[in-house]
Amino acid sequence: MLIRKAPGLTYADITPKSVYLDRRKFLRAMGIVGATAVAGKGLLDLASPPQTALAATQFTGLIKSPFSTTEKQNSLNDVSHYNNFYEFGTDKSDPAKNAQNFKTTPWTVSVEGEVAKPRKLILDEILKLAPLEERIYRHRCVERWSIVVPWIGFSFSVLAKLVEPTPKARYVAFETFYDPRQMPQAKYGGIDFPYVEGLRLDEAMNPLTLLCVGMYGESLPPQDGAPVRMVIPWKYGYKSIKSLVKIRFQEKEPPTTWNRYSSSEYGFYSNVNPNVDHPRWSQSKERRLGEIFMRPTVMFNGYGDQVASMYSGMDLKKYH
Amino acid sequence: MRALLISKWAKFAVFLICLIPFAGLVWRIIKSDLGANPVETLQHATGDWTLRFLVFTLCITPFRKLFKLPDLIRFRRMLGLFAFFYVSLHFLTYLGPDQAFDFSGMLKDVAKRPFITVGFTAFVLLIPLAITSTAGWIRRIGGKRWQMLHRSIYFAAVFGVIHYYWLVKSDVRKPLFYGALVAILLLWRLGDWFFKRRSKAPLRVAAPHVSMNS
Repeated sequence: MLIRKAPGLTYADITPKSVYLDRRKFLRAMGIVGATAVAGKGLLDLASPPQTALAATQFTGLIKSPFSTTEKQNSLNDVSHYNNFYEFGTDKSDPAKNAQNFKTTPWTVSVEGEVAKPRKLILDEILKLAPLEERIYRHRCVERWSIVVPWIGFSFSVLAKLVEPTPKARYVAFETFYDPRQMPQAKYGGIDFPYVEGLRLDEAMNPLTLLCVGMYGESLPPQDGAPVRMVIPWKYGYKSIKSLVKIRFQEKEPPTTWNRYSSSEYGFYSNVNPNVDHPRWSQSKERRLGEIFMRPTVMFNGYGDQVASMYSGMDLKKYH
Repeated sequence: MRALLISKWAKFAVFLICLIPFAGLVWRIIKSDLGANPVETLQHATGDWTLRFLVFTLCITPFRKLFKLPDLIRFRRMLGLFAFFYVSLHFLTYLGPDQAFDFSGMLKDVAKRPFITVGFTAFVLLIPLAITSTAGWIRRIGGKRWQMLHRSIYFAAVFGVIHYYWLVKSDVRKPLFYGALVAILLLWRLGDWFFKRRSKAPLRVAAPHVSMNS
């Protein structure tokens, strides 16, 4: 598949080299800290109870991606304390509070359906499927706020090729982990669980579509979809399904949670589109977290060069 | 109880209490403690407090009768004006950050989005009530007509709840909670009116509504 660069971006544009090197130094230092922490874990456990849920893994040696934006990143604190993860409550501040004891080890993702080689992958296997990249993407929520996040992962197509989809596979269905005992707030969410999402196969195979295992140099916090999630940057945020447990290749268009809840408001495609309003509010503007005034929303969230061709000739109002 | 209600300090104390939410928000602005989306935090907080003060205002008449505390009337205007104070802030957080103070853009938005239309209508309905809240205006309009005019708070409260209900995505617990409170307070009035009509008691002047003692 042709991997096109973001227009007008060279590798050096993304971050000044000195900053980048400092960052590498920093990450290496963090790696040392991490290793020391592991070695000293026995001693630390004696001193204080282990906080497994909070211990993020540091990733080092990340490959920088040509898809990354140079826009100012939001802080980790903002991105991990302003979440929509209805399994853990509907207020933006709920998931950060309620997801801290979310058990993400062991974690298995089942890849099944119209594939020649169905697999059940444990997290460690997923982490080794491809070199991890850092991709700084814009993320636009249907609620008219947006963020810029340095995600970590690799193109979903790597995983797809591994299982060899059959010619019958035209769509990919995704499912989020659901356990009412760990997610007692889910019953107030008003939507059905487990949370399900879906993509057309070509959308899933687009190099921008990211199988994501971390952000800001470390593993995902539980409230941001630990331990593995999807990131589809040209679609509204709810398409980027969190805490993945099942990936199913299939012939038919899969049901998706928000579309099932209200099909006039949330379409299957849900491409970011300033010209197609949500029935209750305009989508022409958005508020970047950290800013007071709103900025115009860009078609396909600014990823038109990479994705627009997939929708040529389609009525994007009808297939919103 | 009565002595407490009519004491000259009571009004001052209630006034200060009503300012606490505002002071809290100012404090959080100063401390940069409004979360990842400060504008939204302010919009939601001022909207919440508007609905709460509308509910408090609507509580006065039923509480006066149910608890035989006619002196509560002294606080009704103040509570209503605080509802207007918080809705004005709420409107400003929309006109400023969302619309960049562009009135024509705002009017387009009002015309196009039902949840904005209904919220804006509620705000507009409250403007004449705030203006005519003085004793001078009651005299000028006449008690009966003034009372009729001020019944539009019922519509403002209902529209405010609808505005909130249409805003949320799927968790409708909070809008339904406010909706239930407003419904109870309005149904009580309906029941009260119905009961009075049926009892065919000689008409008594509705002292609370034209009361000047506040």
